[in-house]
Amino acid sequence: MNLHEYQAKELLRAAGVPIPAGDIATTPEQAESIAQRLGTAVMVKAQVHAGGRGKAGGVKFCKTPADAREKATAILGMTIKDLIVEKVLVTTAADIASEAYVGIIVDRATKKPVFMVSAAGGIDIEEVAATTPEKILYHPVDTRYGLLPFEAVRMGFFLYKDVKLARQAAKIMSQLYTAFMAAGCSLAEINPLVMTPNNELIAVDGKMVIDDNELDRLPAIAALRDESSEAPSEVDARNANLTFIKLDGNVGCVVNGAGLAMATMDLVKYYGGDPANFLDIGGSSNPEKVVNALRIITSDPNVKCILFNIFGGITRTDDVANGIVTATKANPLQVPIVIRLTGTNEEIAVKILQENGFSASNDMDAAVQRAVELATSGAAA
Amino acid sequence: MSIFIDNDTKLIIQGITGRDGSFHAKQMIEYGTKVVAGVTPGKGGQTFEGTVPIFDTVFDAVQATGANTSVIYVPPMYAADAIMEAAAAGVKLIVCITEGVPVLDMTKVYPFVQEHGARLLGPNCPGLITPGQSKVGIIPGRICLPGNVGVVSRSGTLTYEIVNQLTRAGIGQSSCVGIGGDPINGTNFIDCLAAFEADPQTKAVAMMGEIGGTDEQEAAAFIKEHMKKPVVGFIAGQTAPPGRRMGHAGAIISGSAGTAAEKIEAFHAAGMGVAKRPVDFVDLIKARLT
Repeated sequence: MNLHEYQAKELLRAAGVPIPAGDIATTPEQAESIAQRLGTAVMVKAQVHAGGRGKAGGVKFCKTPADAREKATAILGMTIKDLIVEKVLVTTAADIASEAYVGIIVDRATKKPVFMVSAAGGIDIEEVAATTPEKILYHPVDTRYGLLPFEAVRMGFFLYKDVKLARQAAKIMSQLYTAFMAAGCSLAEINPLVMTPNNELIAVDGKMVIDDNELDRLPAIAALRDESSEAPSEVDARNANLTFIKLDGNVGCVVNGAGLAMATMDLVKYYGGDPANFLDIGGSSNPEKVVNALRIITSDPNVKCILFNIFGGITRTDDVANGIVTATKANPLQVPIVIRLTGTNEEIAVKILQENGFSASNDMDAAVQRAVELATSGAAA
Repeated sequence: MSIFIDNDTKLIIQGITGRDGSFHAKQMIEYGTKVVAGVTPGKGGQTFEGTVPIFDTVFDAVQATGANTSVIYVPPMYAADAIMEAAAAGVKLIVCITEGVPVLDMTKVYPFVQEHGARLLGPNCPGLITPGQSKVGIIPGRICLPGNVGVVSRSGTLTYEIVNQLTRAGIGQSSCVGIGGDPINGTNFIDCLAAFEADPQTKAVAMMGEIGGTDEQEAAAFIKEHMKKPVVGFIAGQTAPPGRRMGHAGAIISGSAGTAAEKIEAFHAAGMGVAKRPVDFVDLIKARLT
């Protein structure tokens, strides 16, 4: 789960990280009054789950409250990478002497959270990593001990020669680590960590990504989810315990298991078609999931054919068959359906389907070819 | 021969009285796996289905039965503790089926398991099977056939699909291992490839990867350097849209987007066979067995 910048900054501020003052606005009037209250030049920053906000015109410097109102008018409602901006963060603009990068990510290779710090922070940090990797210090942390003080200080000195600055940076890194662990992050980033002309360090932008597996035990973090910033069909699917990603094609896919779902999409493409979605109904046996899956898929007007590909292991194929029958009785299909299932209780499933006027095959390639054919020809249900 | 499990495997099931644990316990027993004990705190002294003794702790179960392997079906928030309990009790192979284990838990579990000299498979994996001998986890037994192809995969149902196609074509398997798709797992492709290379029964290996990360690229490099046996690979997600970006840090640390194209390129560079579709494994493996 992605957090907005303002949410990440709240968590960092609570952990002690110095953050410029600011507040969130949903109208230009609010933006103006926040700027008024801050009494400084401000930044107005679009709050959407997309990178490249600045390049898209979603981050603006404003000298006066009237200016903040004007910029907020332009930014609120604009679209950045298909997402509509509904909130802006209005925050004191920092004076910048230099910019550093500090990030933590869970690393597959070392199987630990790894700090990455660089004195060459800012928007070009990936370029720095690619061309001058020696400018980045990597430091894995053993979470059984946490970030030890000497480790934080070593990273501090990598960023700043001056001992006072190095110690300030070390403190911020400990605080960042604390926030990272407490919020169940898979990633936390301060970029840039700004040094002001007065030699003070301040986190001007923050980013956090939460491991979805943590949300059950962290209700306060789970409550930060902003459903208005996600595609409605994806929210609907998540609430039904399905994994769904909408795509642009016309073959609606319902599959059990992420690997098989991806392989099914690949096969649709292989035979000249285009998948309308990725949808994994998961491993458990539950006709209700199939009903929800069909509802979500048929709400996409682009879908010209529905393809089921089920390999029954834990999933019982008769449960899937019952789900298909129940769903289509309630809402008769407007487009053709191709069903491939094999595995646990296959014979029962085929019987249920046949009794209700459906046919099923157990050959994945044949089923995918048929679905592509039907989607392309625009056949009726 | 086989890798990791065989007729000598003596298995404990942690969470044997739960919904998933009890269902799969029956399946494993039916397959012929030597299930010697179950563990559910508070139910020590009872038996499962009248035959398998249940203990309160893994320590008790190991002491009473000499078990060497454990499989875990406990809820995600308890999985980390269950894995460490098994390692501390001296279990040498720990297979965690549980899906949804927080990754930060795994950052503590992994070094703990290492220090206790155990091997962890998973979490979030289907387990493994040595056809005709032993099954630990949830891979359907009836799709497998004893033989000499090693199978290793990051997926669950995709593995079943491919194993099923191999079996239908009369191509049997030495062992099938699902390593799971979580960011931090106990056993990776290279661990399995090395074991298959050393296993006299295995004559060829089928490997199924997915987009994301660099495990498949590293596996390809290992195959090129260290393996004499032929390997056929597949990557699921060739047509998946580019994943949502994880800030800058993801790109900085891996220096790679983990695309299918990148992985397939690495397979070709390692001289591996590359299956474009799951069904292609049949002919590619057949050609390498003769």
